[in-house]
Amino acid sequence: MSGVRVLVGTRKGAFVLTSDGKRERWDVSGPHFAGWEIYHVAGSPAEPNRLYASQSSGWFGQLIQRSDDGGTTWQPVGNEFTYDGVPGTHQWYDGTPHPWEFARVWHLEPSLSDPDTVYAGVEDAALFRSGDGGQQWEELRGLREHGSGPHWQPGAGGMCLHTILQDPRDPGRLHVAISAAGVFRTDDAGKTWRPVNRGLQSEGIPDADAEVGHCVHNLARHPSRPDVLFMQKHWDVMRSDDGGESWHDIGGNLPTDFGFPIDVHAHEPDTVYVVPIKSDSEHFPLDGQLRVYRSRTGGNEWEPLTNGLPQSDCYVNVLRDAMAVDSLDSCGVYFGTTGGQVYASADAGDSWAPIVRDLPAVLSVEVQTLT
Amino acid sequence: MNTDMSTAMIRVKLPAHLRKLAQVDGEVELHVEGEATQCSVLDALEARYPTLRGTMRDHGTGRRRAFVRFFACEQDLSHDPPDAPLPDPVVRGVEPFLVVGAMAGG
Repeated sequence: MSGVRVLVGTRKGAFVLTSDGKRERWDVSGPHFAGWEIYHVAGSPAEPNRLYASQSSGWFGQLIQRSDDGGTTWQPVGNEFTYDGVPGTHQWYDGTPHPWEFARVWHLEPSLSDPDTVYAGVEDAALFRSGDGGQQWEELRGLREHGSGPHWQPGAGGMCLHTILQDPRDPGRLHVAISAAGVFRTDDAGKTWRPVNRGLQSEGIPDADAEVGHCVHNLARHPSRPDVLFMQKHWDVMRSDDGGESWHDIGGNLPTDFGFPIDVHAHEPDTVYVVPIKSDSEHFPLDGQLRVYRSRTGGNEWEPLTNGLPQSDCYVNVLRDAMAVDSLDSCGVYFGTTGGQVYASADAGDSWAPIVRDLPAVLSVEVQTLT
Repeated sequence: MNTDMSTAMIRVKLPAHLRKLAQVDGEVELHVEGEATQCSVLDALEARYPTLRGTMRDHGTGRRRAFVRFFACEQDLSHDPPDAPLPDPVVRGVEPFLVVGAMAGG
């Protein structure tokens, strides 16, 4: 019997939501790590019962938790994230140099093929890798040291590396996104990196089309078409058809192209989802109406999805890592809000229902399709 | 006074989050070799509960985390040198050494 497991990170703990393939009735487990910020929980594609969670607190720092039984029990693993060498400075909000300081792990990306290999994107921005199930972490320093690091600056949430995409064709190729620096690509498993931001235009930086400095919020791709990348930037929804070498705007008829998450349908590489947010100064849906927008044409033409979502007095936000899709025959789409709701659609977005309504603010949502 | 300075029994009170992480209830009792200082007590604490490493002081520098404080005998020891001797009542086990999450927020 197929089913799904939704992994939810919140401001005050982690929750595991499970259902069978119908996705109508849900079992809710949690809070795990009650009282701690859980920026991200992710499962291994190679071993679905292997989960990793980023647990942090302003008081007591960073921990990484690992589960080998699908989230029933957890064990703390290594939490030493030390920049390799002298980390130097990046730009502070006012443009002055600021020392690189580790704050937290934003995103964990388990390897596509090895349950013991996992990447961690951290604030201040850097990429770490563990090859032993999270016990030891090593920085892939070539990213931070490739040359533009002193010009990176924090976005409103901090200077975080929040997105890690693995290329299913080539384990040596990774794309990462940093707020506010942009997208970077390696073709040699993290030794060397280069920015891939041509075509991006951003207000708030002196040179609007600079090589780095862009506040990229999230990236997504379909595994069958690894060179096609979709991006939700601070403002602008963008697309690349050449692995990030160049980008073009696909915002089209969106009512606003500001937002945080972006995702792609599991079976339709040209079906893309975003959640338009009013603006960078008003982080909530337009007119109090929570609407997911779907494009079935790879961008430019978007339709609002409203069935089951609140269409009045709704002023929540949906954060960058808080949307995911399952790969059941009828693709499920999931997202969590800062108001503590996790919504699910079992029909690719046509209709929605809340799985839970009253969790702490949701920071991340991932889903595992179980067979 | 504690006449045997080679080993002291130190009582440590942890905040709730760290008790849960270490899977302990109530106070922790630690036998500390040599002089009892913040540093030697935290070394012993982390040796017994490795999961606490990095939660009270930074891995690399050993510096106290900004929002963690150390109290004992109604005094704030947070800014004492890490190698300063702890107060005698703590060394004798009469008073606990308190690890405290700084008061912040509402």
